[in-house]
Amino acid sequence: MSKVRVLVGTRKGAFVISSDGKRRNWRVSGPLFGGWEIYHMKGSPADPDRLYASQSSGWFGQVVQRSNDGGRTWEAVGNLFPYDGVPGTHQWYDGSPHPWEFKRVWHLEPSLGDPDSVYAGVEDAALFRSADGGKTWRELSGLRGHGSGPRWMPGAGGMCLHTILLDPANPGRIFIAISAAGAFRSDDAGGTWKPINRGLRSEHIPDPAAEVGHCVHRIAMHPSRPSVLFMQKHWDIMRSDDAGDTWREVSGNLPTDFGFPIEVHAHEPETIYVVPIKSDSEHYPPEGKLRVYRSRTGGNEWEALSRGLPQEDCYVNVLRDAMAVDSLDECGVYFGTTGGQLYASADAGDNWAPIVRDLPAVLSVEVQTFA
Amino acid sequence: MIRVQLPAHLRTLAGVDGELGFEIAGRATQGGLLDAIEARYPMLRGTMRDQVTRRRRPFLRFFACGRDLSGESPEAPLPEAVAAGREPFLVVGAISGG
Repeated sequence: MSKVRVLVGTRKGAFVISSDGKRRNWRVSGPLFGGWEIYHMKGSPADPDRLYASQSSGWFGQVVQRSNDGGRTWEAVGNLFPYDGVPGTHQWYDGSPHPWEFKRVWHLEPSLGDPDSVYAGVEDAALFRSADGGKTWRELSGLRGHGSGPRWMPGAGGMCLHTILLDPANPGRIFIAISAAGAFRSDDAGGTWKPINRGLRSEHIPDPAAEVGHCVHRIAMHPSRPSVLFMQKHWDIMRSDDAGDTWREVSGNLPTDFGFPIEVHAHEPETIYVVPIKSDSEHYPPEGKLRVYRSRTGGNEWEALSRGLPQEDCYVNVLRDAMAVDSLDECGVYFGTTGGQLYASADAGDNWAPIVRDLPAVLSVEVQTFA
Repeated sequence: MIRVQLPAHLRTLAGVDGELGFEIAGRATQGGLLDAIEARYPMLRGTMRDQVTRRRRPFLRFFACGRDLSGESPEAPLPEAVAAGREPFLVVGAISGG
C-alpha cells in the first residue's frame, strides 16, 4: 500500500508525520530532539530508512543525527566541519573583511545512489561531503576557492549555503545556491565551480553582469529535465533552460515576486509552485491571505491556490526549505509556516488542509513517497 | 570520583540521567575533565567547546563550589572539593534566547 512520510524540521525539534496514500489521516510523531533547531531532515533516495537531520542550538552548536530505521532511532554522527586550509575572509554586511566561521548546517542532501554519501550546505557558506554516513566531513573547497569567495556577503539570515541539487542524469553535476552570493555549478563532482548568475538582476547591484552578489533564495529542478532550473530570487522568479548558464524572469502576473520556496510538480516538469510574500521588509502574505501560486506553463502565467488556506488575518512566512512534493499518482504538495502550520494538498494544490496546526515555527519540510 | 552535572539538552544527547562520575588519573584539570567527558560520550564533542580551538562555547559556562570557573585555563587544577568528589562540576547553559 502506498504511503508518505513527511519530515518536518522546526525551531524546537523535528517531527515525522505519516499517512497512507489517501493523505487524509496523519500520525504525528515527535518532537524529536526537542528544544533544538532542526534546520533540515532528509532521507536517502537509495535507502529511504536512512535519514539525516541537522540539529543545532545557539548554546551547544551543531549536531548531525542519523537514523537507519526511518526515524524510530537516531545516533549522533560527526559534527566537525573543518574548512579546508586557511579559511580566509568574506565580506561582512558593512563590506569589511570577516573571517569564515562555521555556524550551522542548513541543508543535508543525501546522494542519489549511496546512503552513506551525503552533502551538507553550511553557514558560513561552504559545501561539505561525507562518504561514511556522516561520521566525517570534508569540504569541497573548490567552491569557496573559485575566486569570488572574498566578495561574498551574508544575506539577512546569514551567509548560508541552502540549496544542493544533484543532477540524476549527470553524476558529476551539482548545483548549489548561497545567500547572498548566488548560484554555482560544478561539472566535476564538486572539484571546480563556476557562478551561474547571468541574467539575474538585483536592485542593489549596479553592475548588471555581476558574477556574484545575488540573493538566491531557492532553486528547484525536475529530475527528468535537470537542465531546466527554477529560481526564487530575493525578488523575481527566474528560469534557466541551459543548466543555469542564462536566466530569464518568469514572475509574470504574480501579486509579488518576493518569496522563499519554489517547487516543481512530481510529474509535470512545467508545473511549479511559489508562495508570494509581500516584500523583503514585510515577511507575510499580501493582504493577509495565504496563497500558493501555481504555474502550469513553467512560469509567467500563475494562478492563486487558496481553497482551504486562511484568507484573512494570516501573517506567517514560508521559509525556503519548507515546501516539498510527493510523487504519488496525484502529486501531493506540502508546506510549513513560521506559525507552525503544516498544510498539505493531495491534488496538486487545488485543495489544502492542515496536517497539524500548532507546531513550532517550521524550518523545513521534506516528503518521502512509498509507492 | 569527579561528579559532573550536565544541562538537560546535553544529558538527552548523551542518553544519560542525573549526575555523572569520572575517575581521572593524576592531577585533575578542567581540560582533562572535558576530555574524559567527551571520550565517554563522543556525541558531546563540539557541544561544550570548539573541536578545533578547544575554546569554551560562548553560551556555556562552568561552575563549582559557588565559583565561576569559565575563565580558568584548561590546565588549571579543579578545586580540591571537586577533585575529591565533595562538590559537583556544573556545566550550565546561559539563560538567554528563547
